[in-house]
Amino acid sequence: MKKNLFSLLLALGIIFYFILTPMILNSPILRESSFTTLMYIALAISLNILMGFTGYVSFGHVVFFGIGGYITFALLYYYKISLFLALILAGIFAALIAALLGSVVLNLRGAYFAIATIGINEAIKSLVNNLEFLGGAEGLFFNMKIYKSYGGPQNALWLSFYLLGIITIVVLIISYLIKHSKFGLGLFAIREDEDAASTLGVNTKLFKTIAFMISAFFPAVVGGIFFFKNGSIDPGSAFSLTKSVEMIFMVMLGGIGTILGPVLGAITYDKIKETLLVSEAFKNLHLTISGIILLLIVLFVPEGIIGFLRRKIKVLKNILD
Amino acid sequence: MNVYIDTFINGILIGLIYGLAAMGLALIWGVLKVINLSHGAFITLGMFLSYLIFKYFHIPPYISVFFTLIIGFILGFLAYFISLHKIVSHAKNFKEYELSSLLSTFSLSLIITGFLLFIFATTPMAINLPLSLFETKLLASFFSIIFTIALTLFLYKTYMGKAIRAVSQNIDAAKLMGVNTTLILAISFAIGISLAMAAGNLIAMVFPFSTLSGILYELKSFVICVLGGLGNPVGTIVGGIILGLLENFFGLFVNQGLVPFIEFTILILLLIFKPNGLFGGSK
Amino acid sequence: MPSILKVENLSKKFGGLLALNNVSFEVKEKEILGIIGPNGAGKSTLFKCITSIYKPSSGKVYFKEFDVTNYPTYKKVKMGMAITHQIVKPLKELSVLENVMVGACYGKANLSIKEAREKALEVLDFVGLYDKKDLEAGKLNVPQKKRLEMARALASDPELIFLDEVLAGLNPAEVSKMLDVILKIREKGITILMIEHLMHAIMKVSDRIIVLDHGQKIAEGPPQKVAKNEKVIEAYLGDPKLALKLLKEK
Repeated sequence: MKKNLFSLLLALGIIFYFILTPMILNSPILRESSFTTLMYIALAISLNILMGFTGYVSFGHVVFFGIGGYITFALLYYYKISLFLALILAGIFAALIAALLGSVVLNLRGAYFAIATIGINEAIKSLVNNLEFLGGAEGLFFNMKIYKSYGGPQNALWLSFYLLGIITIVVLIISYLIKHSKFGLGLFAIREDEDAASTLGVNTKLFKTIAFMISAFFPAVVGGIFFFKNGSIDPGSAFSLTKSVEMIFMVMLGGIGTILGPVLGAITYDKIKETLLVSEAFKNLHLTISGIILLLIVLFVPEGIIGFLRRKIKVLKNILD
Repeated sequence: MNVYIDTFINGILIGLIYGLAAMGLALIWGVLKVINLSHGAFITLGMFLSYLIFKYFHIPPYISVFFTLIIGFILGFLAYFISLHKIVSHAKNFKEYELSSLLSTFSLSLIITGFLLFIFATTPMAINLPLSLFETKLLASFFSIIFTIALTLFLYKTYMGKAIRAVSQNIDAAKLMGVNTTLILAISFAIGISLAMAAGNLIAMVFPFSTLSGILYELKSFVICVLGGLGNPVGTIVGGIILGLLENFFGLFVNQGLVPFIEFTILILLLIFKPNGLFGGSK
Repeated sequence: MPSILKVENLSKKFGGLLALNNVSFEVKEKEILGIIGPNGAGKSTLFKCITSIYKPSSGKVYFKEFDVTNYPTYKKVKMGMAITHQIVKPLKELSVLENVMVGACYGKANLSIKEAREKALEVLDFVGLYDKKDLEAGKLNVPQKKRLEMARALASDPELIFLDEVLAGLNPAEVSKMLDVILKIREKGITILMIEHLMHAIMKVSDRIIVLDHGQKIAEGPPQKVAKNEKVIEAYLGDPKLALKLLKEK
């Protein structure tokens, strides 16, 4: 399995490119666009651990992004604890929620699981909408003073960016380690045939739950960083169903179950979106065009960029993953 | 006491409207085993069609609904061949079929919603008929009952309807019996979309709406399908009525804003304990 | 010989149907115990109840003296049971090698991924699938898939292996190859519990045979004796002449 090290290194290289260019050029504009790209990459890789490795397609995965965002935000807002601690707490809390929810919804298969995850996201969104201390439908706003302890707003923005970069690298490496571990082999067995996996000795319930927890932890941390940087949070942007489907889209686009796939998928998706949004002709129709592209991919390249390359170019078959 | 009677009547009426909105989703889910994520977008499309017909031709929604049914059928038929046919015939296994169909119907929804946003933005719209809110609700509920009866008769009394039910129960067996399954799937999808648009067309005369309204009805439709099961239109209507009553009675005791939270909690509990619907067999 | 598996009064109801009715038996260490019976006699149900794929309605299962009745399937596998499926269940998009590695990683063997690879290659060689190791498991033909089932089970280092109609659908040459493999498994000291339709084959390899009919055990004993049993001839073979013919072949 060492041969797949190439894909990991390539993915790392890509991520470093997005971290280093804004840093070297000291460009806030590049930093902002890189921030979005890195966020997409981290989210796609996280989801892939559940969707690609384990075979459970969560349509409401953004719920963990939102939960992480709210926990981080509330901890900073009310208790003024340090950002790092808040992020870790947010990740752990989201993972615990995933364990709790997972123990019931992971018994559902296929489309029923998908619908249940949409339901969870909507339920939590509606709950948050009605919690006074989380600001209800309007959400919460930071007082600019909060950034003071991080060296002012400018520094805080850079800090968020670097934190996101680190998290993206960590989630990539974890995804690689899982894929090539005994645990990962168990997950893939579950993806292929859950009943067969259990008759081969895999503790399917435990494994699915752990995969769900890992794939919930990272979006929560990313959500925390995003809303810290954003300075405000509201239920609509924290629990947006569109973002959920975007995550699935990126994984599909790049290549489900692979290491490099979610990275390529996220970058490509980001580029498509950016191009559509700035182009005069397509700006107002970008949703329609995204829809058409998504449809074309689902119909004609369901195996994603990686799968397509592996199929077309023999040399890449054993290298790309 | 009066409050409870009002709540009850209102719950039934709203429930009938919700049931109407969910009918198309239930049909497609039951026959094609596809959870149609473009359902809400087609409901919205129906709303705007209703609005435009009223605005330019002064034809009220309760008349234009028949026209919308036809347009919906044609669009649905096309949509099947554009977004689903290839997946139906090429998917390697059910898991892949499920995922691909979720994504392809979601992309349909993006296409439609994007188009509507392009033209109408998110401006709230309303159709002002010389009728009271209660009267429009009554009218829409009336249509809901008519549609339920018509769809039930169609599914149980006509050859085509029986073929649709056969395909929904066992597509391979139906194929062996000489049923043209592709045609049946396409027609079922077309009817489902046609019903979604008709529902939108009628709802537009009851409540104000915008390009983003459809998704609300789509989410409610999930709950209704899980409540009422996928077997028959009567189940869907009953599911709708249960949801309507729940919403209205919960609204009396808790903050109205928490109603969706309760709804979706019910959805998740039902999925876990009663995946075949409240009236279906247990897991 | 001590017994490795003991089944006590096992019953299974599906709705109103009694698929398994008070079945009791023991499996001795290192023996091959065959289970036969007409279609619908409850043979596969028996396997599934022993391995917790189905939850038995009543009765007990002891494995190596432990009461394992309510253990989940994976736990039983970890203790040393290995399961094959009548309807093959390859992990389709994983390679043949990876399929076998799952067995080695998660069965009683409980190997690390590196050791599992070694073990898997060894077992693939043993069942004759070595040259297919990098193929996607879904692309194997049926006899190969059956051998893959065996390989996965063997890779787990089992003490007791459940073979559910591994000979069904094979041609005579493949059957005799598979029988060789089965005998070789026994030589390794692994106890075998097998369901089979091919009378001739199972008579040849089994030390003892249990006959099920309508969910009940109607006979138990060495192959020769069982085949002569009136009840068996009547219930299972239906045709006494056929039974005699089978005996002669033996």
